[in-house]
Amino acid sequence: MTETPRISLDGVSYTYEEAPSPALSQATAAIREGEFVAVLGHNGSGKSTLAKLLNALYIPTEGTVLVCGYNTKEEKYTWEIRRRAGMIFQNPDNQIVATVVKEDVAFGLENLGVPTVDMIPRIESALATVRMSKFADTAPHMLSGGQKQRVAIAGILAMEPSVIIADEATAMLDPSGRQEVLDTLLALNKNKNITVVWITHFMEEAAKADRVIVVSDGSIVEDGTPGEVFEKTDRMRELHLDVPHMTALAEELRSEGMPLPGGILTVEDMVREVEKIICPSKSAT
Amino acid sequence: MSIEVRHLTHTYSEGSALSAVALDDVSFSIQDGEFIGLIGHTGSGKSTLVQHLNGLLKPTSGQILIDGEDLNGEKVDRRALRRRIGLVFQYPEYQLFEETVAKDIAFGPKNQGLSAGEIDARVRYAMDCVHLDYEKYAEKSPFELSGGQMRRVAIAGVLAMKPSTLILDEPTAGLDPRGRDRILSMLEDLHRKENTTVIMVSHSMDDMARLATRLIVMANGKIVASGTPREIFSQREMMTSIGLGIPDAARLCGALREKGYDLPADLYRPEELKQHLLRLWKEAGKC
Repeated sequence: MTETPRISLDGVSYTYEEAPSPALSQATAAIREGEFVAVLGHNGSGKSTLAKLLNALYIPTEGTVLVCGYNTKEEKYTWEIRRRAGMIFQNPDNQIVATVVKEDVAFGLENLGVPTVDMIPRIESALATVRMSKFADTAPHMLSGGQKQRVAIAGILAMEPSVIIADEATAMLDPSGRQEVLDTLLALNKNKNITVVWITHFMEEAAKADRVIVVSDGSIVEDGTPGEVFEKTDRMRELHLDVPHMTALAEELRSEGMPLPGGILTVEDMVREVEKIICPSKSAT
Repeated sequence: MSIEVRHLTHTYSEGSALSAVALDDVSFSIQDGEFIGLIGHTGSGKSTLVQHLNGLLKPTSGQILIDGEDLNGEKVDRRALRRRIGLVFQYPEYQLFEETVAKDIAFGPKNQGLSAGEIDARVRYAMDCVHLDYEKYAEKSPFELSGGQMRRVAIAGVLAMKPSTLILDEPTAGLDPRGRDRILSMLEDLHRKENTTVIMVSHSMDDMARLATRLIVMANGKIVASGTPREIFSQREMMTSIGLGIPDAARLCGALREKGYDLPADLYRPEELKQHLLRLWKEAGKC
């Protein structure tokens, strides 16, 4: 069986109208089914342009974007592409359209012309998946930012997508809201095999992905596992990005001679590696 | 400038069915030159609180004293007080509107009726504070700048009023790591060199660990803790129970202590963890 990538970019460039140079230039990458891919890049690097190319909000100036095999250039596929590759945005308030949660979730289905009898179970199941069932009849403005983003995710889920693209979906949330949204998408990825493209400024979030793509000045400049990408501490800083705190600490300790291995990303990784090198002091009271 | 908040309560839509208590008997004081980190989950009352500190909202009950003067007292010159307490809202760059960076920053001083010379001096001062080169940026349109630069222009507009206290509501939200770092080092300078009192609302415990001299923790409209970052970040259970995190270094310290490592309970800076881990490694030798 040959596997078609969920998303494939082949020599993709995009130039905004009247802009002197392309916002994205010659990007080539393939994202496979079930991958959780984090996209990093400083403001203006081209990562949001990249996101918008992935569900036909933008059509490439050059090159080809295929979503589940459909070419985004062909207008007749636009709705099919958007159904299969749903997108959530930064500001939770800009993507809620209805006055009751369940109606908001129904919005996409109505646009697709799904009969009402089929809509109801899909809405219920989508809300259950993001653990928002008890808010089905609530007004969206009564919800927290994290809850609103989960409703937005439910709206996408109701359309039974293959891919979810989150464009800085946690930027405006507090730590628990961020965790809620990230955990929801990690679970969908794991349990439903939905491919996730996660655009973020938070290195700790990117550390949880299967793969990290770094965009800088309109080009894809790094592509690998979080361990591989963040190991290049100097390179990341040169790109005006950061590395997870524990990766930075591990590097500092290594420079002092402590024999820590590469690939330390989280507190749990650090604890595990420290245990291999230093025995707990039994004398500690 | 000293700020004293006494028994402050604020109820939104009082008397209606939607009435909600946002602040519930809050009391605290802030001394000159402090860098206060105000933390709490969404809906904890932080934003309502900061809007009281410069008189945008009026207390349902209680008082706010600025240098001993009641901010909402009848004879108080609120405009003058407000100039001394600068408030930078969330996403302040959405409020930029002028043709050039210099004109936008000059808006406040101009309304204050200052002379052209003084206005120019204020604009230069404010741009210097936010680390934007006057020659390079003064005549640019603010809308040609990056998100982080636009935010610094918006902050400069507040600094041009030369406030002695600066309040910022999530000044780094939505910025990339470089943009965040620029804002933080600018605030660090302002606090250290100009001795400006800073009150910063933020969700980033790492930003707080770096800058704050004292943290005030809010939950459900009340202050639940107040202390140095070291005191607050060592209370891991309390912080987690109200939906807040602690810096990664503090989490590492806690996790290693649970495993029996001999570390002080209150470490929270990566640099401290580094020194202690090196010490343990040298003392303990190999397993």
